Amino acid sequence: MAKPTEYVKHIESYVDSSSSPSQQAASVDALAILLRNDLLTLEALVRELDLYLTTTDSIIRSRGILLLGELLTQLELKPLSDAAIHSLIGFLTERLEDWRALRGALVGCLALLRRKTDVGVVTENDAEAVMKSYMQYLQVQSMGQHDRKLCFELLECLLERYPNAVQPLGNELFYSICEGIDEEKDPQCLILAFHIVEVAAKLFPDPSGPFASYAADIFEILGRYFPIHFTHPKSEDIGVSRDELSRALLLAFAATPLFEPFAIPLLLDKLSSSLPSAKVESFKYLGYCAPMYGSDRMAKHGGALWSSVKDVLYTSPESALSVESESDGGMIFEESDIMVEALILLEGLMQQNSDLLLDMILGDEDINNFICSFLKPWDIHDTPLQLRQQLHSVGRLLAVSAKSSMASCNRVFEKFFPQMMEALGCSVGNHSDESFATEDRALSSRFNYGTLYLCVELLDACRCLVLGFKESTSFPDFIHEKWCCMLHGFCRSLINIFFSNLEAVSGNAQSSFAYTGVKGLQLLATFPRSFAPVSLLLFENILLKLVSAITSNFDKKFSWGLELKALVEIGLYIEGYQESEKAATFARIVVDKFVSWISSDEPAMPLSLKMQAICETGMTGISNMLRIVQGMEKAISAKFTQAYVDGNFESVELVIKVLECYSARVLPWFEMNGGSEEVAWNLAAIIWDKIDNSSSVNLTVQNYELLGAAMTAMKQAVRRCSQESQEKIVNRAFRVLSASTLFPLKDSPFATSLSNSEDSYLNHHVDRVSCRDEWIISLYASVVIALRPQTHVQNLKMVLQLFIMALTKGHIPSAQALGSLVNKLPSKTNERHLSQEYGVEEAIDVILTSSIWNFCQSNTLRKCSLFGGGNEIHNTKCLAGLNHTSVHISAIVGLAWIGKGLIMRGHEGIKDITMTFLGVLLENTNNGDFPESCDPIEGKEQEVIPLMKSAADAFHILLSDSEDCLNRNYHSVIRPLYKQRFYNSVMPLLLSSTRQSNSIITRSMLFRSFAHVISETPLSAMISEANKLIPLLLDSLSTLTEDVMHKDVIYNVILVLSAILMDKNGQVAVLENAQAIINQLIGLAAYPHMMVIRETAIQCLGAMSELPYARIYPSRTKVLQAISKALDDPKRAVRQEAVRCRQAWASIASRSLHF
Amino acid sequence: MVSNLINANPVVYEKKDRRTRSAVNDVDEYVGEPIDQQEIFDHLRDIKDPEHPYSLEELKVITEDAIEVDDNQSYVRVTFTPTVEHCSLAAVIGLCLRVKLMRCLPSRFKVDIRVAPGTHATEAAVNKQLNDKERVAAALESPNLLNMVDECLAPSYAS
Repeated sequence: MAKPTEYVKHIESYVDSSSSPSQQAASVDALAILLRNDLLTLEALVRELDLYLTTTDSIIRSRGILLLGELLTQLELKPLSDAAIHSLIGFLTERLEDWRALRGALVGCLALLRRKTDVGVVTENDAEAVMKSYMQYLQVQSMGQHDRKLCFELLECLLERYPNAVQPLGNELFYSICEGIDEEKDPQCLILAFHIVEVAAKLFPDPSGPFASYAADIFEILGRYFPIHFTHPKSEDIGVSRDELSRALLLAFAATPLFEPFAIPLLLDKLSSSLPSAKVESFKYLGYCAPMYGSDRMAKHGGALWSSVKDVLYTSPESALSVESESDGGMIFEESDIMVEALILLEGLMQQNSDLLLDMILGDEDINNFICSFLKPWDIHDTPLQLRQQLHSVGRLLAVSAKSSMASCNRVFEKFFPQMMEALGCSVGNHSDESFATEDRALSSRFNYGTLYLCVELLDACRCLVLGFKESTSFPDFIHEKWCCMLHGFCRSLINIFFSNLEAVSGNAQSSFAYTGVKGLQLLATFPRSFAPVSLLLFENILLKLVSAITSNFDKKFSWGLELKALVEIGLYIEGYQESEKAATFARIVVDKFVSWISSDEPAMPLSLKMQAICETGMTGISNMLRIVQGMEKAISAKFTQAYVDGNFESVELVIKVLECYSARVLPWFEMNGGSEEVAWNLAAIIWDKIDNSSSVNLTVQNYELLGAAMTAMKQAVRRCSQESQEKIVNRAFRVLSASTLFPLKDSPFATSLSNSEDSYLNHHVDRVSCRDEWIISLYASVVIALRPQTHVQNLKMVLQLFIMALTKGHIPSAQALGSLVNKLPSKTNERHLSQEYGVEEAIDVILTSSIWNFCQSNTLRKCSLFGGGNEIHNTKCLAGLNHTSVHISAIVGLAWIGKGLIMRGHEGIKDITMTFLGVLLENTNNGDFPESCDPIEGKEQEVIPLMKSAADAFHILLSDSEDCLNRNYHSVIRPLYKQRFYNSVMPLLLSSTRQSNSIITRSMLFRSFAHVISETPLSAMISEANKLIPLLLDSLSTLTEDVMHKDVIYNVILVLSAILMDKNGQVAVLENAQAIINQLIGLAAYPHMMVIRETAIQCLGAMSELPYARIYPSRTKVLQAISKALDDPKRAVRQEAVRCRQAWASIASRSLHF
Repeated sequence: MVSNLINANPVVYEKKDRRTRSAVNDVDEYVGEPIDQQEIFDHLRDIKDPEHPYSLEELKVITEDAIEVDDNQSYVRVTFTPTVEHCSLAAVIGLCLRVKLMRCLPSRFKVDIRVAPGTHATEAAVNKQLNDKERVAAALESPNLLNMVDECLAPSYAS
């Protein structure tokens, strides 16, 4: 037990009005903890509080009662005895009359009334007493906002939790509710008030009960708030949003049917408001309330409701033409919010009482006349927009009516369908006549757009109706429904009409007819199987027609697209609803037909369209796709040899398209839809078979394109295969490879490493790589690039040597394959597959000991360490191989790809490779003067500069992301943050080298490498050292501007600079170097060779003007002078930037003209 | 309250869409793009009217056709149309146009600002005032006038 002294001080501190709110809160918490832990009993506390609760000093008394209330709130979960609760609630109920100390009583009552049953609750008698006291003493509207809120909460709680206690109070209760909520304006209180009305209304549903007599009064109070209109700018400020409030009011409106006589007239009245939001709200409320009020009550408002819906939909429709409408015949509309809500209301009313509403819709003269007026032929394009909007709305009206139930569908059909059919010139089909003989009709009647449009809408509606039933279990027999019989009768003629619409398209381009024709056919074709009107034969005819339309109409892009889309929709429907008969027909007529197109010249359609049609129909389902894949495989088998050996133009084009289709659509589709890897495997196998069986290849330009397509397809196929299949493919490929002329070298000098003869051998050999061999090695490289890390590659050593040989010839895929290999080989021997002969270390050994790197001091490759490497570069023999420059450049590029493979997995070997590149860059410098034996300087430069440039660009290959290989798609091993690591290790080397070198060329090349490194490294890695980086960056800019060939690199560097400028951390460093940066940017603003550089430089200058005034003011004149020159730049974009920048700099001092 | 605006209720026209220039991807790096009507118009269209919160374009005070430009001769002539004949702010509008062009065009250009013939009561006087270097310079010495001009030229969201 706590001693009285302990808690008395808390009580005193709370009651003392001079203590701060935080102290008071702390003392309540302290007391609550004591009570909760039974260190203090409630009785003892109340006894201690005694004086505070009953004193005549109202301030102290109110504090005392509030303390009791707050404590009770905190003790909501503590079990209390019934007697304690009874005496507490009795006391607090009594205190409700004490308006000076009201808040505490309210808080306390609320806390007690809200208690859960398992911890002791207030009895119903006590609750009734609270309610009575509430009604007797509380004048809610005369209180402050917080007290009002508490009162409402109390009332809400009583109504919700003690319905039996409040029920006997009846009329008095409603009187006090009315009195309480009248004139309420605070949003938080209003939400409570609305909820109180909702709960109270549900409590007294009796139409002759007390609520009924007060319904008018209560609604009069509620109705004033509709529609909810907010003047508060931000709803966050008040914790209640407009939508919440509107929702609460909606629930109150819909709480009881007793509100109907008041609510519906009000809402109908608000519909005539000019405020669009009021209309939307009214429709929304009507739509929600109608089902709640019940059909009997709503029946008498039917006429008014219909006329208001008609007004919005028909008389003044507010739909807007959608964006793509131009091409769809100008009949696709986007409905306004009001129309959407009105249609929802209509749908709800149709569900509720379809007969009444249908009487009105079908009996409406305007609508009837409107439809009749469309029974005459007219041209959509001459029709004013409003008429088209009305047509759209009437279509929607009919569709909503027909969709609601079988009975209403029957009525709509009975009323309009015969008229429409007559207008279109249809007669009830002759069932015995199976042929589609031309009916002798005036052609004009078939081009009655308005009727066709409505007809298609109706078809859509009844299809929805049928499919809706299909989803539910009860599946009525609608063959005997009237509409179904009618449709059945007219079906054939309708199809004929849609056919002639399609034919009209081939005559004159009437896109709107094409739209209805195709839509109509699509709808008829997608009725469920059990629905008799569209027999399998008709379905077949529809498909045949669409296919033939697609075949002949390929020059009309719009209708062609529609027809294809319709076929795809039909295919998707069949797949979705498991219609096996139709599926077979679809496959036979559409898919097989399309597949047969692949390898025939018929129809004379552009190949790309053919492939589009084929792929899109294939994507409707797995069985269709498999058929198509079969067809494509056949086509490749048939044409590949022709294309690849003879270079036959058409075959080449075909095979390229098919392969592209594979890599872009078919393979991704199978991956997405969980198909087997068989497709991918087959493709790879076919290509290798074909290559294996042909002996020679003609080298043409298209052949290169074909090779490109084949490589992409091969990569895409292999990367989707499992490890086992990949092994099979790679072995198959190796067999082809080893049978080729590339492979005389089973025991060649390759294996015996460095010898001078090897170099010449290599060059010699590479020179006569035939076209076929290039194909083989390229495809083999593609396979290797896409392998999974676990996949085992046979004869790795030979493969490595072969790739090395090929890359010296400038064969990039080989280099990429080498990169992929070193990236994915297992790193340690014990991790390795038993039969795996090589791990990454051995592979690197093989690669790097090859003699092709000799020219670049390559003995350093193995010997040099990160720090010692530079010292060894004194050998002048490096220039001996000058006549092989192109070979050397290829070697560097190859080495860069290998390095990329290593760098991504974070392998140490990258250090040696980096040193090699640096070595190439530095040779020039460290030789000092050029050797005497060498050619004159010009000649030498011509040889050396490209070499150095390629070494510098190697850094770009190392760090940039490649689409072709070494990315996640191709299963690369990627170590996190590898770019950052490389940046940190290479930067010091580059810096020290630049400092040491004194040759201009070397410096510029070093800076080129530096630029590549910084532009590919993520900014976040560099920003922390921005103040060291910026001077270098500026140096590099000034060095690189000397030569035009660096312009792309300069652009990348300036982008890095602008990124630093924009970064918060970077700005500190920028500030330190502000002068230097500005000077450099001024120079670049006049860079003559590239517009984007000038533009970006000026943008950066503009950003610099935001820096603190004192820093940049000294440069102001200089900048303004430079910018005024830029105002006369030949390029417009630069001038515009200059204007902005000038304004920014001019205004830092004054906005006057006198800059 | 009696409105003391000169034209209390001006006609507001729609803004034209900003034409996008044809793509410049494959255009030769070294080929110049001369300053043309549209470019000048783009500079001027967003200037705010001195008495209404509309741009000069919306009030049709300037149109693209009313701009003559010859890049080779370094010459620009802008003809503007005040909304009402007796508009006393015509001189201010003209001054805004001149200042804006001074800020946006290279210094080699000679700028000629004119009121469209027959659209203003004191046409000759305004023209003379606007094209007199000394008087323009003097006007810009006046802080009030300069503030007014700067307010009209303040960059709006569009520019």
